[in-house]
Amino acid sequence: MIRAILIFNNHGKPRLSKFYEHYTEDTEQQIIRETFHLVSKRDENVCNFLEGGMLIGGSDYKLIYRHYATLYFVFCVDSSESELGILDLIQVFVETLDKCFENVCELDLIFHVDKVHNILAEMVMGGMVLETNMNEIIMQVDAQNKMEKSEAGIAGAPARAVSAVKNMNLPEMPRNINIGDISIKVPNLPSFK
Amino acid sequence: MALKIVKGSIDRMFDKNLQDLVRGIRNHKEDEAKYISTCIDEIKQELKQDNIAVKANAVCKLTYLQMLGYDVSWAAFNIVEVMSSSKFTYKRIGYLAASQCFHESTDVIMLTTNQIRKDLSSPNQYDTGVALTGLSCFVTPDLARDLANDIMTLMSHTKPYIRKKAVLIMYKVFLKYPESLRPAFPRLKEKLEDPDPGVQSAAVNVICELARRNPKNYLSLAPLFFKLMTSSTNNWVLIKIIKLFGALTPLEPRLGKKLIEPLTNLIHSTSAMSLLYECVNTVIAVLISLSSGMPNHSASIQLCVQKLRILIEDSDQNLKYLGLLAMSKILKTHPKSVQSHKDLILQCLDDKDESIRLRALDLLYGMVSKKNLMEIVKKLMLHVDKAEGTTYRDELLTKIIDICSQSNYQYITNFEWYISILVELTRLEGTRHGHLIASQMLDVAIRVKAIRIFAVAQMATLLDNAHLLTGNMQRNGICEVLYAAAWICGEFSEHLENPMQTLEAMLRPKVATLPGHIQAVYVQNAAKLFSTVLKSQEGSTEGTAAQETSQLMIDRLPLFVQSANLEVQERASCILQLVKYIQKLQQKEVEVAEEVSALFAGELNPVAPKAQKKVPVPEGLDLDAWINEPPSESESEDEQPKAIFAKEEPKHSRSRHTEVDEKELARRREARKQEQANNPFYIKASPSSQKVYQESPGVEHIPVVQIDLTVPLKVPGLPMSDQYLKLEEERRQKERADKKKKEKKKRKEKRSGRGRRHDSGPESEEDITPAHMVDIVTEEMPENALPSDDDDKDPNDPHKALDIDLDKPLADSEKLPVRSHRAAKVAKSPVEDGDAENTPPSQEPKKKSSKEKREKKKDKDRDRKKSKEEKKKKKHKHEEKEEDLLGGEADEPVVQSEDTTEVVALPTSTNAEVSDLDFWLSNAPVPSNTQEAATVAATAEADSVPEATSGTAPDSDHDEPKNSELEETKSSKHKKKKQKKEKEEKEKKKKKKHHHHHRHHSDGGADESVQNGTVEDEEPLPPMSNYCLLAENSYIKMVCDIQGNLQDGSQVVVSVIFENKCDSLLKSMEFNVLDSLNSKLQRPEGSGPHDGFTVPFQLPPGVSNEARLVFTVQSIVMPQKMKGTLTFIVKNEDSSIHEKLDFKLHFTCTSYLITTPCYSDAFAKLLESGDLKCSSVRLEEVNMPFHHLLARICFHHHFSVVERIDSCASMYSRSIQGHHVCLLVKTSGQTVSIDAKCDEPTLLGNVLDEIKQTFSQC
Repeated sequence: MIRAILIFNNHGKPRLSKFYEHYTEDTEQQIIRETFHLVSKRDENVCNFLEGGMLIGGSDYKLIYRHYATLYFVFCVDSSESELGILDLIQVFVETLDKCFENVCELDLIFHVDKVHNILAEMVMGGMVLETNMNEIIMQVDAQNKMEKSEAGIAGAPARAVSAVKNMNLPEMPRNINIGDISIKVPNLPSFK
Repeated sequence: MALKIVKGSIDRMFDKNLQDLVRGIRNHKEDEAKYISTCIDEIKQELKQDNIAVKANAVCKLTYLQMLGYDVSWAAFNIVEVMSSSKFTYKRIGYLAASQCFHESTDVIMLTTNQIRKDLSSPNQYDTGVALTGLSCFVTPDLARDLANDIMTLMSHTKPYIRKKAVLIMYKVFLKYPESLRPAFPRLKEKLEDPDPGVQSAAVNVICELARRNPKNYLSLAPLFFKLMTSSTNNWVLIKIIKLFGALTPLEPRLGKKLIEPLTNLIHSTSAMSLLYECVNTVIAVLISLSSGMPNHSASIQLCVQKLRILIEDSDQNLKYLGLLAMSKILKTHPKSVQSHKDLILQCLDDKDESIRLRALDLLYGMVSKKNLMEIVKKLMLHVDKAEGTTYRDELLTKIIDICSQSNYQYITNFEWYISILVELTRLEGTRHGHLIASQMLDVAIRVKAIRIFAVAQMATLLDNAHLLTGNMQRNGICEVLYAAAWICGEFSEHLENPMQTLEAMLRPKVATLPGHIQAVYVQNAAKLFSTVLKSQEGSTEGTAAQETSQLMIDRLPLFVQSANLEVQERASCILQLVKYIQKLQQKEVEVAEEVSALFAGELNPVAPKAQKKVPVPEGLDLDAWINEPPSESESEDEQPKAIFAKEEPKHSRSRHTEVDEKELARRREARKQEQANNPFYIKASPSSQKVYQESPGVEHIPVVQIDLTVPLKVPGLPMSDQYLKLEEERRQKERADKKKKEKKKRKEKRSGRGRRHDSGPESEEDITPAHMVDIVTEEMPENALPSDDDDKDPNDPHKALDIDLDKPLADSEKLPVRSHRAAKVAKSPVEDGDAENTPPSQEPKKKSSKEKREKKKDKDRDRKKSKEEKKKKKHKHEEKEEDLLGGEADEPVVQSEDTTEVVALPTSTNAEVSDLDFWLSNAPVPSNTQEAATVAATAEADSVPEATSGTAPDSDHDEPKNSELEETKSSKHKKKKQKKEKEEKEKKKKKKHHHHHRHHSDGGADESVQNGTVEDEEPLPPMSNYCLLAENSYIKMVCDIQGNLQDGSQVVVSVIFENKCDSLLKSMEFNVLDSLNSKLQRPEGSGPHDGFTVPFQLPPGVSNEARLVFTVQSIVMPQKMKGTLTFIVKNEDSSIHEKLDFKLHFTCTSYLITTPCYSDAFAKLLESGDLKCSSVRLEEVNMPFHHLLARICFHHHFSVVERIDSCASMYSRSIQGHHVCLLVKTSGQTVSIDAKCDEPTLLGNVLDEIKQTFSQC
């Protein structure tokens, strides 16, 4: 079982948090902080597993993480999950994000956390791995987005226009600024499949 | 009105959306909290709007804020509103928010039951998907109970996308509602062979998760998993299965033997590291479970170790980590094979990665031998000095102690060395494990008698240098060591070289800063030391020395008498008085040493920690029996304590010090403050308020110096452990030399050339003799102690509830609660469609009553069987009849058709399986897929001849069993009344809440309107079902239910239950209909207009399953019939036949109606509008109570009651295309008149005809 999935950046700012067990908001923040603390002090080129912190899990749980550019993807899992399998799942997740956002970067995750959640929901459900086939995931996500678009239809057009205007007026355009705008490089890792 | 909406939506267009919010937060880095609080205010405003789009936007933003740590539970109700939106876009936002912030104690969750049910049965797969995903995150026991059946139906949905989600969520349902496990399990098992790999993987996932917690219940699935393992190519599935086998093998060694070969093959063949690793892991588990000694297994071990070595040597740190992890599992059973890789593991100790070092440490535990222990520990001690983080250092410390103390100090040859290691460890700064070191010191000193002299000397030095340990208050953890030191010095004081010096060390003022429990030990052991000192001093000539010692005690002890710690205070004042008395005697020149030492005479034996628990209860002793007669009840209980208090009170006042009144105390306090203020030597805010005796005469004062202890420090008099290492080396060298000499001698003597065994090469374990002959005293245990150790299970484990035997046949009482009509006494068959939405959540108690009845009946039947064999035949008949009744003949009301058939099927198939498992495990060749199914079928037949023939039961006797059942229904009703009442109360409460939120919650409110019509029921309704017979032959029976689709005006959903009536497997079922102009079957994408719909499951004998088909219709005003054919293959042991079954699908106009709630004001408006056409119908000779009549109309024709006044009621329904249908039902005697209005007269006419027909049938 997966107990939690966390994404945060190099400064510990949460970009996505998904807990498959209930914690209070305060505890959740503490867990994110603790996990960041544990993960961030590790060098590159060390292994991607570490024993869970005090707050989450205990001896049966492990943190499995990957570090891409400015982001940490951390899965907290128990012993029923295969360690290498989860590493691969993280890779699938990031590659899927890359496909869905077209060269994903941290800003995509910052501004579209809801979409990230929707993608994640097609992969992991209630703490259990639902789908690992990237094409299938993308297909379902696309189908749902299409449905959303068709629902918005004409009614959605003015809203879209307004948001476009808003974007135009604001100096901060997600793609053009420099903070965290390094796109997450997805290395082609030898997939275990 | 419309203008207003448009205007509102334009206003709202300038609301912040999620992106704006994020951007805003990023632009307000300095005052983020303030900015967010204004945003939350805005969100609150937005949530008050009626526009659902605005609400959804607000909820979306809240979800983001929740991630940032803001509590958004206040918006829970709004989230529910957004969830119930009909648009997928908003629904998804709502469910996401719910999954992020709902949990079991969120009270609005209970409002969602009906909404979720509706979404689950939605024809849009993504509505269902989103609902399942959301539900998986916030499912509660109530939701699990109420929705279990709906989800179970979804497990055989036509779309694999839904199937896999439904399968996966079942695990959560089982956790929250364990009763659902057994009824749902057969279908879950079925999904292991689903054609879709995703569904299969989900089923494997769920069963693995279940089996991991309670493996023994899943042993019978081993053959199936074995088949999957050998056939599957999906690595995810393989990994899960292999992990599952790892959990199963300890229970069944035969399974392990079977597994070894295919696993070894996989290890050789796979290129996927993850799979390889899991295979190795499971092989290890297998080998652990097998008794060793089989030759080919040592090969497997070698293979594993060899593969792991490759992993460990890999440059990928992850593989290295995992290799070490797996290695530690082998270590437990096959330490020898691991030990050969010692070099590699020691190398990992130097790795820069802490995770890897920790894993290597785990392995060291098994690496040690008498020979290398000192060497390894030396290496670890070096690491201790170098380690940076306290966690790693603490880990090292515990590992050192673990390694040394393992299996009763097996590997320690030199305890002096060990003691000095322990003493060295006390230098660790800031460790949390002081108590661990202390307990080791105590343990060794107590149990190894030979070491006591040395230990006592070391401890005395420690006590003398206590300031080094306590100098820094931060390092409090290590103080614990002083506890051990003080106790050892006191208890074994006879071994002390200079007890006087130690006594002084223990009475130093600095001691008062130690924690209380340590001070207490100090005081007590000072007394022990005192007695030893007295003894030695009295023996010598000078008597004054003894008196001086007493004086020292009298001088120092008052420090402890003032201690804030009760224990210290008490002990100190006792001992102080004692010493004062001794001093008096000494002044009279009485010899007291003998008597004083008698106080501490005798040796303490080590006692095992569990000893007390293990004392066996003597025979004939009943611990629960009363010792005295229990007090009679008439005695009032509160009298006794009073008496006790009355007695005790005077005691209390006596023992207390003289009481000082408040004024006096205040005065004294004031005086003291004054004095302190005037006293230049008074140090304010000192750590302890006690007086500090700094210049006591006769004691050398040891200046407290802060020493930086990170520099390795040599305490004078403390030998370094390294010296021991050298000594040991020398000693062993010498021994070896001696031995060689001896052997040479022997050889010379023998000269036969045979004795070449021992001469060269590394010495074997036994050759190393301990430096000291030590006698390790075992801990005491009571006589006849029970060896069992069964006390370590966690009673709070949620998975304990899932420890359910799945092979037992399913009893009737275990069926899943099925949504039923509010008034229905017996639950109706599992439906998942619209009409069920108007049912309240649960009907469990009522339903159970009927089930119990049925069970009782079966019991009776069983009894009869026992009593008279002649009646056997008759009994068979009975059972058959019963099954027919329950199994649902077409003209009878169908009750639980699906589940009962499963009940019949289950015992046979599981019996077959258990025996099958034994057969399979006994190394017979693995049967292929079809063969296996065939054997199952065959055994099933053999086991259950009576059941299997149920298809051909005579019809003539039908009335009798039915009547008897109804009678029983009535009799048992009384028993259940209480329960029912409670239930009703609960429901009323719920209802209140529902009403409270009525206006906001229009979609979920569907249930009340029907309750209005039936809530005051006095009499239970007969069971009802909308499933009607579609077609039937000797192989298969189809019943179906047709429901309109709320979301799509042109769709109708047909749920068909297929029931296998024969003894063979039915497969490749294809369902096809001839499309008409008006109605068409929706076929999967890519198939032609004449292709059939492939039913996504197979049917083993006696099993039934449900499939759902979607039809599009254009006009709904007329009923219509569609011709169709079901083709299927009957698979026997030796043959398979193609069969077909024709049927006619009848779309009534009723099936286009959807239960829609309507409020009386809206209803009145509708009637007044004048758009509706009128029609009426009269029913004669209706023999049923009015509320039954209404319930029937509601149930069969999808109406809801708007209002009911006495014998008159108004009802409402709506078609999928939006036609309003209004009824006014009046009754007088046996005549019922129905006046109806509708905007489509043809539709109305047809509906009325159908209603008439319903009632003409009863």
